[in-house]
Amino acid sequence: MKQLNGRAHKFGDNINTDYIIAGKYKFKSTDMNDMAKHLMEDIRPHFYDEIEDGDFIVAGHNFGMGSSREQAPLVIKAAGVSAVIAKDFARIFYRNCINVGLPVIECDTSNIDEGDELRVDLEKGYVFNVTKDSRIKATALPPVMVKILNEGGLAEHFKKHGGFNLE
Amino acid sequence: MGTMAENIISNHVGKEVRANDIVVCPVDFMMSQDGTTPLTIRAFKEMNGKKVARPDRYAVVIDHNAPSPMESVSNLHKEMRTFSQEQGSILFDVGEGVCHVLVPEQGYALPGSIIIGADSHTTTYGALNAFATGVGSTDMAAALISGRTWFKVPQTIKLEYSGKLPKGSYSKDIALRMCGRLTANGATYKALEIEGDAISSLSVEARMTISNMAVETGAKVGLMTADKKVIDYVSGRAKYGFKGVGADAEAKYEQVLKEDVSRLGPQIACPPDVDNVVPIEKVLGQHLDQVFIGTCTNGRIEDLKVVANVIGERKVAKGLRLIVSPASREVMEAAMDCGIIQKLVKAGAAVTTPCCGPCVGTCNGIPSDGEVVLSTANRNFKGRMGNTKALVYLSSPATAAYSAVKGCISDPREVLA
Repeated sequence: MKQLNGRAHKFGDNINTDYIIAGKYKFKSTDMNDMAKHLMEDIRPHFYDEIEDGDFIVAGHNFGMGSSREQAPLVIKAAGVSAVIAKDFARIFYRNCINVGLPVIECDTSNIDEGDELRVDLEKGYVFNVTKDSRIKATALPPVMVKILNEGGLAEHFKKHGGFNLE
Repeated sequence: MGTMAENIISNHVGKEVRANDIVVCPVDFMMSQDGTTPLTIRAFKEMNGKKVARPDRYAVVIDHNAPSPMESVSNLHKEMRTFSQEQGSILFDVGEGVCHVLVPEQGYALPGSIIIGADSHTTTYGALNAFATGVGSTDMAAALISGRTWFKVPQTIKLEYSGKLPKGSYSKDIALRMCGRLTANGATYKALEIEGDAISSLSVEARMTISNMAVETGAKVGLMTADKKVIDYVSGRAKYGFKGVGADAEAKYEQVLKEDVSRLGPQIACPPDVDNVVPIEKVLGQHLDQVFIGTCTNGRIEDLKVVANVIGERKVAKGLRLIVSPASREVMEAAMDCGIIQKLVKAGAAVTTPCCGPCVGTCNGIPSDGEVVLSTANRNFKGRMGNTKALVYLSSPATAAYSAVKGCISDPREVLA
């Protein structure tokens, strides 16, 4: 998998799926490009306009807590964010990211600030903070998740193998 | 030698598994609701799905935004009905109820089973000894096609509750206290096994309130024992075979936490976090504009009986709106049969169709800017009820009911003790 480059957009702990995309928008459409305009709007109005393709969402603990809505990783992806980097993630959100092919990186984000330029190597498992010239080691993904992510998500995995081929 | 979670999964894969093993595992029942089914259908088609493997084990529930308040929602609902009809799967349409109340009530959540739902509060069925957890739409579509899903077998935290709840305190107060103590990520990726005489003395309905909120600690499941009360509850309803599964005496727990509930008073979760829990004394007198009673956490008949009892002959406070959503048609009928609905309407409540509506900010009671709400739901995040400029507190139905007649957060022990 290729290296990812972009700037950091920094958030705090416990960013829940209602903040990522409010429940009311789930019912407006299934067009993620349309919904992406509302990404994080309740906690950071106009966030969508700040994002340049390839940027990262960087957060503290328990990113993505709350509901099972898959719209959450889908709108993040549709907004042009290339990966989410956090100290740790909520379970369903983490799984949904892998399933829809949005990379998630678990590492110590304390030394990443808003606007820092980052380079992420998913294969080698590290985040390089270009602005601060520091390298942060990431927790390795379980092999099952690496396989699904490398194949482009669970839908692609199913299309390729006609079902689960993980064991 | 396993925990409850390990033993249930072991039974399903036909070999002994332990925490951190990864398994692909058959699923006994599946459910998705109107916030998640449209994406499930999309994923199903994208994955070249043709037939749902077990249509008799898959329910589509229209509850989150029901009856439809707008055209776009109506069209999504129609898509769900069509899919369900084509596949011959189970459909619970507008007015039938909230998914996590319907699934146990209709006999689809059973001891020892594995259930996935495209809704995070699927953990509710843990009270019936089901390994039940929330997943996203793509996971759901994969399970619809293959009848299976993959799991990392979770480690388990055991919670042991002892003592008898004092008058005026309920299972919701245990649930809120659990969230406050474990915090919002205290059990992430883990199973909770919730036990003790304080739990076994609760009704099955009351236990569901606690398993429902297990996910608010980050947990994958909130499992309880299939004791006689559980077996009695499911026996008349069960739609497929079941067998309760316990933990072995030698099971390995990541942590065991004990708590005596005999002095636990009413608890309140303050905005904007579920784990921001305080004893009611800290927020007594907080002005309220709206009280909402219902949801998969506390909209069952037992809850409405408590509410009717607390309200008695009193009226809803002037200037406050009380919204009550019985959580299913069965609950609504039972509440009508014993005169609860009539009583609540006469007291000044607005009673709605069984639905999730206000809890998730879709319809039937979105607060206005600056308003303060007390709700019996499970989440109080900023914007959760549809307005980021409103504040949401969470409590038991008894606290909510008494506060509705007083106009501010009030201690139900004043009338119950």
